[in-house]
Amino acid sequence: MRIGVVTFPGSLDDSSALRAIRLAGGVPVPLFHASDDLKEVEAVVLPGGFSYGDYLRCGAISRFAPIMSSIIIAAEHGFPVLGICNGFQILCESHLLPGALTRNQGLHFVCTDQPLTVENNSTPWTSGYTKGDRLVIPIKNGEGSFQASAETLHELESEGRVVLRYAGTNPNGSKNDIAGITNARGNVVGVMPHPEQAIESLTGPSTDGLTFFTSVLHSLVGR
Amino acid sequence: MSLDTVAVATAHPDTEQPWRELGLKEDEYARIKEILGRRPTSSELAMYSVMWSEHCSYKSSKVHLKQFGEKAPHSDALLVGIGENAGVVDIGQGYAVTFKIESHNHPSFVEPYQGAATGVGGIVRDILTMGARPIAVMDPLRFGPADAPDTRRVLPGIVAGVGGYGNCLGLPNIGGEVVFDATYAGNPLVNALCVGVMRHEDIKLATAHGTGNLVVLFGAKTGGDGIGGVSVLASETFASGKAAKRPAVQVGDPFAEKVLIECSLEIFAEDLVVGIQDLGGAGLSCATSELASAGSGGMSIQLEKVPLRDPSLSPEEILMSESQERMCAIIEPSKLSRFMKICKKWDVTATVIGEVTEGKHLEITFNGELIVDVPPRTVAHDGPVYNRPIARPTYLDSLAPTSLPTLDSAAEIKSELLALISSPNIADKSWVTDQYDRYVQGNSVLAQPEDSGMVRIDEETNLGVAISTDANARWSYLDPYNGAKLALLESCRNIATTGAKPLAVTNCLNFGSPEDPGVMWQFAETVRGLADICLEMGLPVTGGNVSFYNQTGSVAILPTPVIGVLGVIQDVTKRTKMGIPAADLEVLQLGNTADNFSGSEWAHIHGQLGDLAPTPDIEMEVRLINLLLEAQPLLESAHDLSDGGLAAALTEATLRNSIGATISLPGEYIPGGVAAALFAETPGRILITVDPQNLAALEALAAKFEIPVHHLGKTGGDILLINDATIPLVELKEAHTATLPRLFG
Repeated sequence: MRIGVVTFPGSLDDSSALRAIRLAGGVPVPLFHASDDLKEVEAVVLPGGFSYGDYLRCGAISRFAPIMSSIIIAAEHGFPVLGICNGFQILCESHLLPGALTRNQGLHFVCTDQPLTVENNSTPWTSGYTKGDRLVIPIKNGEGSFQASAETLHELESEGRVVLRYAGTNPNGSKNDIAGITNARGNVVGVMPHPEQAIESLTGPSTDGLTFFTSVLHSLVGR
Repeated sequence: MSLDTVAVATAHPDTEQPWRELGLKEDEYARIKEILGRRPTSSELAMYSVMWSEHCSYKSSKVHLKQFGEKAPHSDALLVGIGENAGVVDIGQGYAVTFKIESHNHPSFVEPYQGAATGVGGIVRDILTMGARPIAVMDPLRFGPADAPDTRRVLPGIVAGVGGYGNCLGLPNIGGEVVFDATYAGNPLVNALCVGVMRHEDIKLATAHGTGNLVVLFGAKTGGDGIGGVSVLASETFASGKAAKRPAVQVGDPFAEKVLIECSLEIFAEDLVVGIQDLGGAGLSCATSELASAGSGGMSIQLEKVPLRDPSLSPEEILMSESQERMCAIIEPSKLSRFMKICKKWDVTATVIGEVTEGKHLEITFNGELIVDVPPRTVAHDGPVYNRPIARPTYLDSLAPTSLPTLDSAAEIKSELLALISSPNIADKSWVTDQYDRYVQGNSVLAQPEDSGMVRIDEETNLGVAISTDANARWSYLDPYNGAKLALLESCRNIATTGAKPLAVTNCLNFGSPEDPGVMWQFAETVRGLADICLEMGLPVTGGNVSFYNQTGSVAILPTPVIGVLGVIQDVTKRTKMGIPAADLEVLQLGNTADNFSGSEWAHIHGQLGDLAPTPDIEMEVRLINLLLEAQPLLESAHDLSDGGLAAALTEATLRNSIGATISLPGEYIPGGVAAALFAETPGRILITVDPQNLAALEALAAKFEIPVHHLGKTGGDILLINDATIPLVELKEAHTATLPRLFG
């Protein structure tokens, strides 16, 4: 099962995402921003990092990369896409997901082991979880505060499209404690926490993130 | 302004030149004229002034630093020693590791964010230049009093700068130090360490040889930032009333550096370079003269080809600019097109600016006019050498022993412990370290607040490295010779505590003005101590950095030799952590406690310094390290006792996993009583926990290595009970964690 990971200039967690796919049992496929070739992958991860330095709005330039035009078209046809941190920001800039990620409330970069609650297990990336599961997954970002209009928030909540919520203290001022959301179709998921850094107990605070990657493999098999 | 060419310089020998403003002394200027047989051109003067600055030439420290060569222990692990951009050691399985620590103190005082950010950027390029992929950074930081207004100005910016740059590069920050002391007010220390890994065959050196090979500048364009940074900033004390020096601080672009890293690694992988050098302090002046000097000696550069961010820059400014994120490579002409293709893939600007020539001269032209014609060695290596006056400082004759309270009641134990562990130096540093990404790359096995940072190198074999940086500047102030030794031993202990074997040493020597004989004595004693201990421990020094002039008026900083030790661990899954992992474990202390209060944190919070630093027991420390390595399978946790003594270690070990302990201190057997047992900082001690069923085996091993074992108590519960003093972990945690957020928001 081939899962792609896109490297933009300034991507940082691409190697970790490739490792996570491998440890979940998939075939990791590196994709490069400058090509529109998806190399026959069946799902794609937009990894964390500071693409193009995030000097404009986070993700604002990456959204125009050739690979994104292919991903946007595929996503509209149900292709599973996971955006992690900077990847989430790119998905918002691409309008595949609503809302925006803004500067953390405390104005600092925050790296911490974050407790989370699973709110939606019907996406291809979260189907291995049970609704209400408590996870501990690292967050590490400077602009992770999820903001959206009251209308959009109502839509997300009423349609059950909040995927992950911060448990305990809200680390960045995100509306409704939102840590991750999905699109109406449920194939595109964006999360601020880094599941690819919670894969091995040796290097992460838990192995709670692995289920994101096993989930997508299972959902692709079942399709 | 007309161009000052070699011809003009020859024709007009008496033109007044601003050598003094550029930081040169009269005899140094005379020496340049003697070397060239004429007055230097303004471009040559610019080059010599930056390269002969204290920062680049080590002119005050050289005579002492040569001891690292004279006393170097034999080491099979050393692949590249002092003198290259960074030293390289063999860690087995075909892997080589390079690591180095550098200072960026003065720029960080002037412009905290950019100063700290470019400090990280510079050390990362040094590591990259060796051919290695950078894999982690660490940052030992020192500030004035935590509640001083200037500390509030510089600390948030410095922390944000270290994080802003390192996070954006994708390098996990796995440790460091944050220390407060009055002498660092106005002289914050920003030291940055980077470690990188490569295969043996991929090591690259900074050398230009092969006539006809091309000199290629790649990376960011050259701008007006950082001009004269090394000569003006790093080599002079700050004096009030002078113009603002902000323009001399470089501005960092971590995104440019990130793509430069990926681009360079791809270039290295295809073996496309003969030699490579990064552009750091002294910019192109340094890179061209060092590359040429390390090669056959000849090089010609066409300076007008350097891509500029600011087209108004003069040739002198282009030569002195310290614009960041630039590299200079020597490549064979046949490999140029492939080289350029990789640069294009990463959108990295690359420009051929010259070539390696026959002969022994570095010749630089600007639009066809010869503006520099020098023997490169005279610029890069033949700078002035000073044997500066040394005098044992008189403060050493007026030191007073400590006079601290004895702890006679449970209430006193509790209040003194809480006061200590909430003091800024001992308090939890999460406010700082949570601004750094410790997870990126997915190989961080241990990160702060563990005793050392640890990174996995090989996912198949689980080979890894551990790094620790340490200094106890107050001990160095009391006794710089032993202070340096104690810092290195602490660093080695921190490595062994996590289960790794110490392998090599780097150092960053931060001192006041070398023109003060007392400071120079501290420096000489420190280097002598460090060279001696490295020989005694059999550890090679792979490189380092000297930072002088950390001084405001007549007040110098505490002598602060920051020692970094690299260790190797064969299987990172076997590492030992510092936190108590479970209840019902035996709590033991390895090593004896004496009444070593001088220089301790407890004395510090009582406003005292004391008189005598501890005397290092090297032979015992070696046995302790060997015990830790052999006993590793028996240990549930291990934590070095250092700053704050047992009190701080117990706090950190219990709070890590919120598992308490019941501790009984036999004060009557320890000189200094319960107070010493809790707060003395006797070196060579480790707090460990073991499963009761492994106790006998541990004691047998300790006996074999002749290390005393003291039974302190048992783990469990939600309180820390010390004799009859009860401290709920909730209260302990609040005291330990509230300080930095309260001070810095």
